[in-house]
Amino acid sequence: MKTTLRHAKIELVLHTLREGEGRALLLLHGLGESAAREDARWYPAWPGPIHALDFTGHGESTIPVGGGYAAEFLMADADAALAHLGAVTLCGRGLGAYVALLLAGSRPAEVTGAILCDGPGLAGGGSQPSTPTLPGIDPSDTGPPDPFALVELARDLRPTDYALEYVRQVEAFSELDRPLTVCAVQRPEWLQAVVDAPSVAEAPLDDALAYYARL
Amino acid sequence: MSQPLDEESSGSDEERCGRYPGARAPDRRRRVNAHGLGITVSEWGDAEGPPLLLAHGGFDFAGTYAVFAPLLAERGWRVVSWDQRGHGDSDHAALYTWDADVRDALAVLDATTREPVPFVGHSKGAGMLTTLAQILPHRASHVVSIDGLPSARHRRPEPSGDERTRYMAELFGDMLDRRRRLAETQRRPGTLEELARRRGRMNPRLSFEWLCYLVTVGARHDPDGWRWKLDPVMRFGGFGPWRPEWARNQLPSLSVPLLGILVGIIEEMGFETSREDVEPYLPRDSRIEVIEDSGHFVHIEKPAEIAALVCDFLS
Repeated sequence: MKTTLRHAKIELVLHTLREGEGRALLLLHGLGESAAREDARWYPAWPGPIHALDFTGHGESTIPVGGGYAAEFLMADADAALAHLGAVTLCGRGLGAYVALLLAGSRPAEVTGAILCDGPGLAGGGSQPSTPTLPGIDPSDTGPPDPFALVELARDLRPTDYALEYVRQVEAFSELDRPLTVCAVQRPEWLQAVVDAPSVAEAPLDDALAYYARL
Repeated sequence: MSQPLDEESSGSDEERCGRYPGARAPDRRRRVNAHGLGITVSEWGDAEGPPLLLAHGGFDFAGTYAVFAPLLAERGWRVVSWDQRGHGDSDHAALYTWDADVRDALAVLDATTREPVPFVGHSKGAGMLTTLAQILPHRASHVVSIDGLPSARHRRPEPSGDERTRYMAELFGDMLDRRRRLAETQRRPGTLEELARRRGRMNPRLSFEWLCYLVTVGARHDPDGWRWKLDPVMRFGGFGPWRPEWARNQLPSLSVPLLGILVGIIEEMGFETSREDVEPYLPRDSRIEVIEDSGHFVHIEKPAEIAALVCDFLS
């Protein structure tokens, strides 16, 4: 089943991978991926409903004109799904893991745990600016995924102190002992800083899903 | 010297406020396709003259140069300005970022000339064009920054500890709550004078007469009143990882002559950058001028003085 959600000028498509009772698991895909790559069978440890969101410029969601992507915009994409679903547990891959952290820090009362996994776009553009560039975009490539998204979200900067700002918000306002769990093996600077925070756990995906499912 | 407007005077809004001493509508307007987004370009001066790229600041539009641009045009420049995405008569976009604005600026430049030209910008527009000149140094001959040089000083003390956590929670929550309502958002209508007064809160040093004139250029007259054309999704503030020291630290890499115009009077939209802030970061061949008795919109407060300064620098 698919549901269309509105985020400003964008129509987002939310895919229901599995119906069920209880708190939902919301999957956030990696850079260039889409919900079409997801399958509920990969999350056997989650007993409840499972949904997967297509971010702006990905999958079946709107491809906007002229680019201008930022991870904070995708956080608001995911927040539109949160508004529709109510409290959820987040599971993000790559770029989706970073977005899951941002949303967990911004909506700590509504996000019952965020799981951060490996996937495309995990590192972003690093912690510090490098040589400024304007990469060319092939005008014949209309996506999906939006070529602007692929270029811009691979370059967005993720300073460690900025990522830790969201961790502090989770620590201050979440009622969970382990509000964030990192499954990712790759550890870009921002994620290493997150892992080093005392409230952040490391665990395999199935263990993390089982833990949050019990809450 | 212009006289204040009589708010109760008769005649249509356009008749009463559509003129301002020294203001001149663009000599030409055209549309540029910036990766599918329509950007409205305004030009003043001889179409065969040497081009000069002129970028407006955030929440402004090319029409805010209606007095300043003609003064540059009188000195022989073909002044090429444009309404940035979401501003003025350019298309409203779904997404807004610094990189997108810089890419749009390049689209305007590409549609104008392949030769190096002066980049002149005010506020955010100056920062954008400085970035563009760093990316493509062969496309810029000079950079003029009108109160747009970066400073790493924070304008207001940042809260810390628990106070900061509460402050950030409010900031994040407000931003997301607002985005949940955006699909229905449109700008608030009002009389021409109401819009001028609203703008006056962010432009407190500019005359009411000028602000009324700006409404006739930068707002549209709907059946229920005037509305600024600015995309309603835009707002002041916001948050993200960007920090001003990144721009400041890249300033020395600029390879073309730089004129930085700073101002002495602090106001809401100003950058509050001082000579001492930027001097350690200036590239070679730089010149700083401080206009002590002006606020952020110095090219509107003192158009002739700033135009002379710019033209002297470019000559």
